[in-house]
Amino acid sequence: MTGYGQAIRDGFEHLLQTNPEVFVIGQGLWSPWYVGNTMTNLDVQFGRERVIDSPVSEMATTGVGLGAALCGYRPVVIHPRVDFFLLAVDQLVTQAAKWRHMFGGQVSVPLTVRAIINRGGEQGAQHSQSLHSWFAHIPGLRVVMPATAADARDLLVSSVLSDDPVLYVDDRWLYEVEGELPSIVERPLAKEGPRLVRRGDDVTLVGAGYSAHLCREAAERLVSAGINCDVVDLRIVNPLDATIIAASVSRTGRLLAVDGDWSTCGLAGEVLACVAERVDGSAMRAKPVRITLPAAPAPTSGPLERAYYTTVDDVVAQVRRLVDRGGADTL
Amino acid sequence: MAGSCHEPIALPDGDTAWLLDVLRRMVTIRAAEEKIGDMVAAGRIRCPCHLAIGQEAPAVGVALHIRPGDRLFGAHRSHAHFLALGGSVHGLMAEVLGKDTGVSRGMGGSMHLIDRARGLYGTVPIVGATIPIAAGAALAAKMDGKGAVAVSYFGDGATEEGVFHETMNLAATHKLPILFCCEHNFFASHLHVSLRQPAMSVARFAEAHQVPWVRVDGNDVVAMANAAGEAIATMRAGGGPRFIEAVTYRWRGHVGPREDDDVGVRRKDDLHLWKLRDPVRRLGDALVAAGTLSPDGLPAMVAQATEEVEAAWQQADRDPFPAAGELLARVYTEEVPQ
Repeated sequence: MTGYGQAIRDGFEHLLQTNPEVFVIGQGLWSPWYVGNTMTNLDVQFGRERVIDSPVSEMATTGVGLGAALCGYRPVVIHPRVDFFLLAVDQLVTQAAKWRHMFGGQVSVPLTVRAIINRGGEQGAQHSQSLHSWFAHIPGLRVVMPATAADARDLLVSSVLSDDPVLYVDDRWLYEVEGELPSIVERPLAKEGPRLVRRGDDVTLVGAGYSAHLCREAAERLVSAGINCDVVDLRIVNPLDATIIAASVSRTGRLLAVDGDWSTCGLAGEVLACVAERVDGSAMRAKPVRITLPAAPAPTSGPLERAYYTTVDDVVAQVRRLVDRGGADTL
Repeated sequence: MAGSCHEPIALPDGDTAWLLDVLRRMVTIRAAEEKIGDMVAAGRIRCPCHLAIGQEAPAVGVALHIRPGDRLFGAHRSHAHFLALGGSVHGLMAEVLGKDTGVSRGMGGSMHLIDRARGLYGTVPIVGATIPIAAGAALAAKMDGKGAVAVSYFGDGATEEGVFHETMNLAATHKLPILFCCEHNFFASHLHVSLRQPAMSVARFAEAHQVPWVRVDGNDVVAMANAAGEAIATMRAGGGPRFIEAVTYRWRGHVGPREDDDVGVRRKDDLHLWKLRDPVRRLGDALVAAGTLSPDGLPAMVAQATEEVEAAWQQADRDPFPAAGELLARVYTEEVPQ
């Protein structure tokens, strides 16, 4: 069994070993303080010319990655917190995601930006954001959110080998979650998508990244209550393939979307919209429901923070309300 | 840079016949830009066009030193950068018309030009955006170890963007082979540099980041060529980044064909003076004085360029638009099911 954080490191090791055009640049890559155990000693193993700790310049560093990607390399730009990555949004959203289209398909941009969600611990409003829904809004950008150790490694490999720009979002809350890691098979990112990771006929739970993990844990706990859940791990949130979600909800008639981000114009709302467009109303046994963050910045005070983030208990309670046919949520 | 800068430029010693090609490139840029300006005024071109009339010399001076493998990046005012490298006038005309035969396959328009075969890796209108991208191309060149260089063209306005400073710092720290070429034309959109910065020259930023710099009369193509040649040779040898401040002036407004002498920033008098510093005429006069060009040589060159530009325009005007399917076909390298 290997942890999610170690699995990311395994992915980098594989990439750096097998692809001379791969290099990594970002803040804190020579320091475990920034990136946990995901980059340990890679600079020693592969040299500091290929694992580059950068100045405190998010935008320039991201642009450097893009420029190298235009010139035959497969760079990974690492931002140890999403919040700081926001300083570089132009380079990913307005540059990398658009260059292929606006230059008539004459260039490809094999750039991966890895942004880490690092929240909790009373870090507060500016050390806690995820904002994956913003980026999932952008045509031309692939947005990847691994929830398991195997995906943390394998989707990283697929992202870096993709010829399109990718935002790979990993979550520090998952770094200790363990899973079996089979030997690496390089798979094209364009063929990856949402996956039905648990089968049950009472309700469909949908999430990405840490939220998918919560859904799995909740589904496990609900078995003893006689509730069987389909769990869809989205994995790739842009472009979003809704086929599996729609098929699942058509069968279960109930949908709970869980998202560790805000509600308005968010990923959970997108999942509900996909279902509304694809699943006939007569197949629905209850109104779709979503769990998201409260519409407030992340607090620092302990009790407020505990109330702020979604827990497995929250998901379990919401599912129980959803499948209770006499409940207020029933159609 | 002493004096009025009206006089013919100083020619290098020895053979000056190669400067006929330099003059021809500048004349072609001038003719193409004038045609585009006319067609914008006539309503035939709809995309925003930022014309480089009056500041042809920096692009040509740098282009003389570009080799296969080098990579250049521009901004919103980059027709001259494209043409100076030998880019197709027809490809430019087709692009500003949104035609399939354009250099960006009709998907970019005036502000998004590309010509990788000649070294132009991309131009974009977000101010300063290509500066770090050029640095990344320079990092790639350094990793390749074959002596290629990157060039980043930008205006004085871009030196007010944070990413310019981030990139100068990073490039200097990592000794990247990048030429920061600032075409200082005194205006960012409508606003004069004196209303945006506490000093007229932007070379102080290079000094701060320990990037060797030189300030050049940007309307003297020989001076530009000399400065660029020296900088690029040093960069190829592993000397790290260089900065050129090319002092020049655009005759037209920020965007479109008008001269923008009505924006309230004492532009009219300045424009008159700068037209006396016409970089095309100053080279032409020098070549006539040297006996390299006959007295009617420049008008003949202008007439020929105008004719070629007109033919390119006519062809582009007849060309097809991109097929409807192009809208979705090029978003990703692999098509996404809708």
